[in-house]
Amino acid sequence: MSSLQDSHKLLIVIGLAVAIAFPLVINNNFYIDILTLILFSAFLGQSWNILGGYAGQFSFGGVVFFGTGAYASSILMETYSIDPWIGIFAAIFAGAIMGMLIGFISFRYGLKGSYFALITLAFAEFFRVIANSVEFTGGGAGIFIDHEPSLARLQFQDPSGYYYLALIMTVISLLVAWWLKQSRFGARLVAIRENEDAAKALGVNVFRCKMYAIIISGAMGGAAGTFYAQKFLYLDPPIAFGVDISVEMLLVTIVGGLGTVFGPLLGAFVLHGISELARHFLEAPGLSLMVYGAILVLIIGFLPNGLIGAFSRFGKKKKDNKDA
Amino acid sequence: MLKVTDLSKSFGGLKAVNQVSLNVREGQIVSLIGPNGAGKTTMFAMVAGFIEPNSGTVMFDGNDITGQQPHRICDSGMVRTFQITQPFAKLSTLENIMVGAYCRTGNRRQAEAEARIVAKQVGMEDLLNKDADSLTVSGCKRLELARALATKPRLLLLDEVMAGLNPTEIDETVEVIKGIRSSGVTIFLIEHVMKAVVNLSDYSYVLNDGVLIAQGTPTEIANDKAVIEAYLGHGAAELMQKRGISNA
Repeated sequence: MSSLQDSHKLLIVIGLAVAIAFPLVINNNFYIDILTLILFSAFLGQSWNILGGYAGQFSFGGVVFFGTGAYASSILMETYSIDPWIGIFAAIFAGAIMGMLIGFISFRYGLKGSYFALITLAFAEFFRVIANSVEFTGGGAGIFIDHEPSLARLQFQDPSGYYYLALIMTVISLLVAWWLKQSRFGARLVAIRENEDAAKALGVNVFRCKMYAIIISGAMGGAAGTFYAQKFLYLDPPIAFGVDISVEMLLVTIVGGLGTVFGPLLGAFVLHGISELARHFLEAPGLSLMVYGAILVLIIGFLPNGLIGAFSRFGKKKKDNKDA
Repeated sequence: MLKVTDLSKSFGGLKAVNQVSLNVREGQIVSLIGPNGAGKTTMFAMVAGFIEPNSGTVMFDGNDITGQQPHRICDSGMVRTFQITQPFAKLSTLENIMVGAYCRTGNRRQAEAEARIVAKQVGMEDLLNKDADSLTVSGCKRLELARALATKPRLLLLDEVMAGLNPTEIDETVEVIKGIRSSGVTIFLIEHVMKAVVNLSDYSYVLNDGVLIAQGTPTEIANDKAVIEAYLGHGAAELMQKRGISNA
């Protein structure tokens, strides 16, 4: 929890400058799109990280907040003609409420570990079936979102518009994670992750802290849902509540580093990077997925603390050598 | 300060704690002793809100806190440690203690400053940056003590903080506990190390099979027939008397 070193500060400033300048310098829609997806997935990962990484409550159904938010803003826009500018706040709110609901049911009755993972998965599946069956979500046919680019609709002609939106969201998510590292609330979440009984004995209101964590996580997931809908202009139950995004969230976080500020971002870069490179260089169908899978196994097998963990271990060694 | 009345707890058919009443006065060090399985830890768990009793009341500072949540009890100034140490394994010693300090302040700097003071008080100032899972037994025991102390309690419940320590470490811990008492904290402790019990306690309660069998000053307790028999077996008291052995 040491405060930022100057070298780290410099790295962050440079990273941010490069991120801002990127679409201006590299005027290639393909690369901008990939980077947008990486940032989007880093944001999703961070929303999961707050609950799963910091507070140690692994959810297998993180998608439920994403889906709630996506449907909230899309229905508001398509059925009630409310701009997603407002819709995104409705999505954030809906995600938070969903977090409150699932959190209350799970944490009130002390569901932990694999039981919590399963109940979140069950909720996601439950809502997938509901979204498939009712009228106002468009049922199985889904919702098509009209593309009329304007800032008010959070839709852009140029991919760099989405890129900057994703960048802003990611920066906000990093700030939230950084605040957790510095604050009493964050310290309490980590204490709960490490040992719930000890946290209780030391005055931590475990139930309330977990509730706040799942509400923040839900609100962020909701925002991600609106972003997705405005970018891809289509939503159906398997996208909104299926397992793909749940897996994506936890994968980028675990690969990058659980409970770390930059873990999800790094994980998203590496995983999407590998997947794109593999697709680019390996012609045979399916081969790219195999390579991707093999690299994933290696990372998870050999770096139990994620990529960030590997870096900081290396950093520590270097420092120890210097001290000696 | 702490007044327990007729507290009972059964697990299935086993009466772990049966109608126990006791009193801890402000400024004292009171000990709870007894053979293994006597119900001491269950007693602590009930007092600190971790287990809800079947019957009886726990009063702290005149307020009924029976069945309250542990974090509330901690807020109101009573904190327990764990016999089986429960460190936040992947955090450093400093971060561990800070979680306790956060009970009284939301400010990170202040929490860190207080954690450092407490660490010094229990003799952990050299271990601050070590991960908790790399601490020795004695380190873990001290960490339990430090974290609890950082919550600024008025009553400290210590569950066997000396178990597994070597004689030098026990002497050090005895001094630390005396220091805590003289800083104005009342202490209620479970302990097996008799030297420490005798050395520290103003008053002792003895629990056996969930029932209170004796109470008094440590010297009185050491010569109590029921206590000797609980520890050494039936007839032991008479035998000792015959051979002229005294515990005091």
